[in-house]
Amino acid sequence: MYAEFELDIPDSLDGALGIMAAGAAKGVTPLAGGTNLIVDMRAGRERPVRVVGLGKIDELRGIVCDGDRISVGGRTTVADLLYSPEIAAAGPSLVEAARLFAGQMVRNAATVGGNIACGSPAADLVPPLLSLDAEVTLVNGSGTRSVPLDEYFLGYKRDLRGQDELITRVSWRRPVERSANAFYKLARRKGDAITVTGVAVTLSAEGERCSRARIALGAVAPVVMRAKRAEALLEGETLGFAAIDAAARQAAEECQPIDDVRASAGYRRHAVEALVRRLLTQTRDRLI
Amino acid sequence: MPMEKIIALTINGQREEGAFPPHRTLLEALRGLGHVDVKSGCEKGDCGACAVLVDGVAIDSCLTLAWTVEGQEITTVSGLGDLAEPHPLQAAFADSGGVQCGYCTPGMIIAAKALIDRNPEPSEDDIRLDLSGNLCRCTGYTKIFEAVRTAATTMRAHGGKA
Repeated sequence: MYAEFELDIPDSLDGALGIMAAGAAKGVTPLAGGTNLIVDMRAGRERPVRVVGLGKIDELRGIVCDGDRISVGGRTTVADLLYSPEIAAAGPSLVEAARLFAGQMVRNAATVGGNIACGSPAADLVPPLLSLDAEVTLVNGSGTRSVPLDEYFLGYKRDLRGQDELITRVSWRRPVERSANAFYKLARRKGDAITVTGVAVTLSAEGERCSRARIALGAVAPVVMRAKRAEALLEGETLGFAAIDAAARQAAEECQPIDDVRASAGYRRHAVEALVRRLLTQTRDRLI
Repeated sequence: MPMEKIIALTINGQREEGAFPPHRTLLEALRGLGHVDVKSGCEKGDCGACAVLVDGVAIDSCLTLAWTVEGQEITTVSGLGDLAEPHPLQAAFADSGGVQCGYCTPGMIIAAKALIDRNPEPSEDDIRLDLSGNLCRCTGYTKIFEAVRTAATTMRAHGGKA
């Protein structure tokens, strides 16, 4: 690899934040699993002057269930999610996304924080996290802020993380009400493939009525997006075929896919409708 | 100009040192030190030919900077066994015809080793999942999966040991 940069590998979060603050003006990039960043640096798409390796900061890795809140450290790997009984209970859609994520060696290295920070509309962990109403916690030398994941992405590969900030954790409330969630990744293969269309849904129900609906769509807009008008067609309604079908059509209506090397916009829009209908039906059948 | 640093790695049980700049990948470092059993394929995390174990976890060495694994235990396919005393995985790949051109084999065996260490009785789905980051363009995987099943059976018969 021909890219040249300074590399620091601090052993504490404070150490990392100090380096991030000092390097913010000139361009500093955090390095977690490296499964995107190293590839982008080799291709010349990323040219950081300074790189901060996070591999020795153990406090950034781990899954904690505190009361009704699930908190996942930013440097927690995709494989950590895949093997976690806590995540299996608190977000099965996230386990499914972890299972279909790249290949095993990449799952062993790639991190939750990195998958969010890369800002890709095809990032596979983001639709399940978005459908779980996850929050992102950002820390710099002067403080901590938490933002809804729904507000985190500003545009294609643009996010609101400051140059001196690190994603330290992602957290969400474990639903206390009756709730079910699911994820489907449409791609050429089950392994080692980039998503053509990813759909995650979370439904909560009171009786047969939908009390909360979340529909998150990957790789069909500049950012991973929620189909909020489709969600609104479900909330308060009886979870039957009519409401589900209307929501599926609406989700296809409000996504913004493009033609690219993997699929046409028309195919993606069709996939959104079919997958939203399928996943809503599956989750509905688990609840009612 | 970024400085080189002397980095010590434990490679297949032997401590070795090299002077590397920050951008040197573990793949480049290992091959530079003569460990050419680690193969360079796609160099972007798709093919798995460069897989090694770092403290027992399979990773793509092409996506790993050498500085970040200083002091850790690196295992390459040569560290598992040799012609005189092959590891059950190496023997099974040879016996079942799971090798044609052989380029993917080191990474396949490393990924399979990590799987069996974690899960001594892997199902067909477990094998497919753990080998999903290793591409073979010759055999079509059937004999590779068969080799992993055979090796897992052999290793269970030996109490989980090679």
